[in-house]
Amino acid sequence: MKVELKNIHKWFGKVHANDGITLTIPSGTIQGILGENGAGKSTLMKILSGFIQADEGTIILDDQPVTIKTPSDAIHYGIGMLHQDPLDFPPLRVIDNFLLGHQGGLFPDRKSVKKTLLELEEQIGFKLDPEAYVDRLTVGERQQLEILRLLWLGAQVLILDEPTTGISASQRQSLFAALKILSEQGKAVIFVSHKLEEIAGICDRVAIFRAGQMTGEAEAPYNLDELVRMMFGKPVAVEGRVCAGCADEVLCVENLSIEDYRLKIRNVNLTVCAGEVIGLAGMEGSGQRHFLRSLAGLIRPVGGSVKVNQKEMFGKNYQHFLKAGVKYVPASRMEEGLIAGLTLTEHFVLVDEEQGFFINRERAQKLTNDRIGDFLIRGTPASRVEMLSGGNQQRALLALLRSPLRLLLMEHPTRGLDIESSIWIWGKLKERCKQGTSIIFISSDLEELLQYSDRILVFFNGKVSQQLDAATTSVEDLGQLIGGKGL
Amino acid sequence: MKQTRWLDYGLRVLAIVIALLFTTVVLLLANANPIEAFKNIIVGSVGSIGKFSDVMVAWVPLLLATAGVLVTFSAGLWNIGMEGQITLGAIFTTWALRLLQDSALPPFLSIILGIIAGMLGGMLWASLVALLRIYGGVNEIFGGLGMNFVATALTIWLIFGPWKRPGVGSMSGTEQFPETLWLPMFDSSRLSPWSLGVGIVALLVVFFLLNGTTFGLKLKAVGKNPRSAFMMGIPTTRYMMVAFLLCGAFAGLAGAMQVTGVYHRLIPSISSGYGFLGLMVGMLSNYQAIAAGIWTLFFAILNIGSIQLPIVMKLDSTLSGVLQGALVLSVLLMEGVRQKMLRKRQGGSHG
Repeated sequence: MKVELKNIHKWFGKVHANDGITLTIPSGTIQGILGENGAGKSTLMKILSGFIQADEGTIILDDQPVTIKTPSDAIHYGIGMLHQDPLDFPPLRVIDNFLLGHQGGLFPDRKSVKKTLLELEEQIGFKLDPEAYVDRLTVGERQQLEILRLLWLGAQVLILDEPTTGISASQRQSLFAALKILSEQGKAVIFVSHKLEEIAGICDRVAIFRAGQMTGEAEAPYNLDELVRMMFGKPVAVEGRVCAGCADEVLCVENLSIEDYRLKIRNVNLTVCAGEVIGLAGMEGSGQRHFLRSLAGLIRPVGGSVKVNQKEMFGKNYQHFLKAGVKYVPASRMEEGLIAGLTLTEHFVLVDEEQGFFINRERAQKLTNDRIGDFLIRGTPASRVEMLSGGNQQRALLALLRSPLRLLLMEHPTRGLDIESSIWIWGKLKERCKQGTSIIFISSDLEELLQYSDRILVFFNGKVSQQLDAATTSVEDLGQLIGGKGL
Repeated sequence: MKQTRWLDYGLRVLAIVIALLFTTVVLLLANANPIEAFKNIIVGSVGSIGKFSDVMVAWVPLLLATAGVLVTFSAGLWNIGMEGQITLGAIFTTWALRLLQDSALPPFLSIILGIIAGMLGGMLWASLVALLRIYGGVNEIFGGLGMNFVATALTIWLIFGPWKRPGVGSMSGTEQFPETLWLPMFDSSRLSPWSLGVGIVALLVVFFLLNGTTFGLKLKAVGKNPRSAFMMGIPTTRYMMVAFLLCGAFAGLAGAMQVTGVYHRLIPSISSGYGFLGLMVGMLSNYQAIAAGIWTLFFAILNIGSIQLPIVMKLDSTLSGVLQGALVLSVLLMEGVRQKMLRKRQGGSHG
């Protein structure tokens, strides 16, 4: 299906989120939409998929002007959108989630639907167990479920909003392979991302957004520097790896064993010195998250020793680790990090070390304004955190970290952020390292791991690799280890 | 911004109109003249100083119950067990006063000890619900409901058993306490300035607690997202426990006020549904303390005013319940409508 957007305008209050966007997407192509957070990409996609309406402009599908008022209108016209956060029903099985969107009768025919589901999976190369419960699936698998569901509902245009955030490298590969197949079938695929390499790797054409406007279009093969220039208006430089040296020991892990109903992690050894950065690599669910959580007292290991500042912490709970200067920054910002319904100011008051019984409004106001300025958060002190964009939520989460910290444990520190923000955030983190904070982080972005870590541990199905020196490891080596070769 | 504020007011007025219309229909179905009924409610509540002081008497326990509800709701908890906690407050106060009435203590000290005992009773009942919730995994709604039944049974047993009047126990309650153990009252009314003061101060305390203290903010954090609050380092179970205890203390205080200020004895169903009304007021006022104060007064007016209905019009006084219930439902309905309209207007959030 051919999609044409003509002169789309959208205002949110005074913010001109889409300023006269005109874009044509021929059928059978993968169209990239590139831009940093807040550039207007998601707004345009929400307009196309009926979640919001444009204030001005026309949408034309296969030369027919259409009005899309709701997501169900959109799917009726064959437009399906895959959101940044999966919109499924976690306590149900895969097959039941699949059935939910279907206009079936009172008694759905599970058997035939299951067959269709498996056929669809076969077609595009996904492997989901129809009987698995959704809350046990990884983000990547939930995404596959949603894609299958949209296809089943007859989507001819598939919109993917930042689809590679939070999924493993292999899931990304199978996603990309599936998108190629879909575009060969004549479907239009719209791929929204701020990751240059991904757009360059998979998209036939790309439109670049900045501050609500479309700043340019390009077709493969791309000139990356040119894309960056259109995205940011100026080229950005990348800061290198800083090793603050190894003076005192922050963490010492000996023979740590962790058990889970489906995963056994055995005998992990690791010593981390002040200012060091350790990267944890591996496919999602390989054990790196369990390991990281056990270092914060969020998971109780079954054996071994965890010493923080040379004090044994094995079996202690999260509160004890917090007191020892260990802080955990989870990937699911709105579930485990921030509190929807509270403002930025209220968040800063909550984590303020010097708090009395009464809230000191002046102090809170000043603290909040300082942090907003420091961390370049686009929002006001009175903004509720759920109103911030994903990137700004991540900045807020980092701004909440106390200072000084001994050990910072992070899941996907730059997930969902554009290049510029990622570089900036790592700049902030490295500043902390220079002050003696050590960081252990999980990432599925191999380049991020290699660029910012001093050493890397690779997890595969509960097994842990030797420590790798990031300076002498290549993306290929790392990829092979992640895939289980040599472990 | 301005526009949404007008939308808010408009919808709120609309909710009241809907509730009144619904009640009117109910009255018409009951073959009663609605205008006369509403008139009777107004005259019967604010028509004279005597009547209005009755309103104040009903206002006090409602204020206290609402104060408690606001605390637990901030922590994300539905304390359905308020009724039982009020009852236990009344039982404990009665118990303390029975022990102290023959002692040499000055009466005011006995009253104070009785009130403290009442608060402890409410806290005890609330802590059981809290322990069931925190360590037993029993939802506080079910736990509270169960504890309410136990509290009622306990009252009846006490009135007809150990604490029965000399001779024979009766539904009219235990033996009345001597007048020295009554809270001082305004002349020729059942209203005590002390209990009125306690009620108003309680709501103000909760207002400042929730809006001006880090404790209140942490309570809200726990209520809105316990997981994130825990990760921030807030001891969530402790905060839930404290919320229950505070709420129980307010409920127990309400029970104590009913014993020392109104009935001067233990009667069956001494909680009179104030716990449930408190929950309704909480919902109506969207858990804002100041608005809750106004709504409690309105509910007290309805409660007292509707007493006229059976007397004057041979109607059942539960009509006030119909109006209160209809109000809560229509306000919640309009809140749903408002959310929908706002969502439509704002559309998505960010690009």
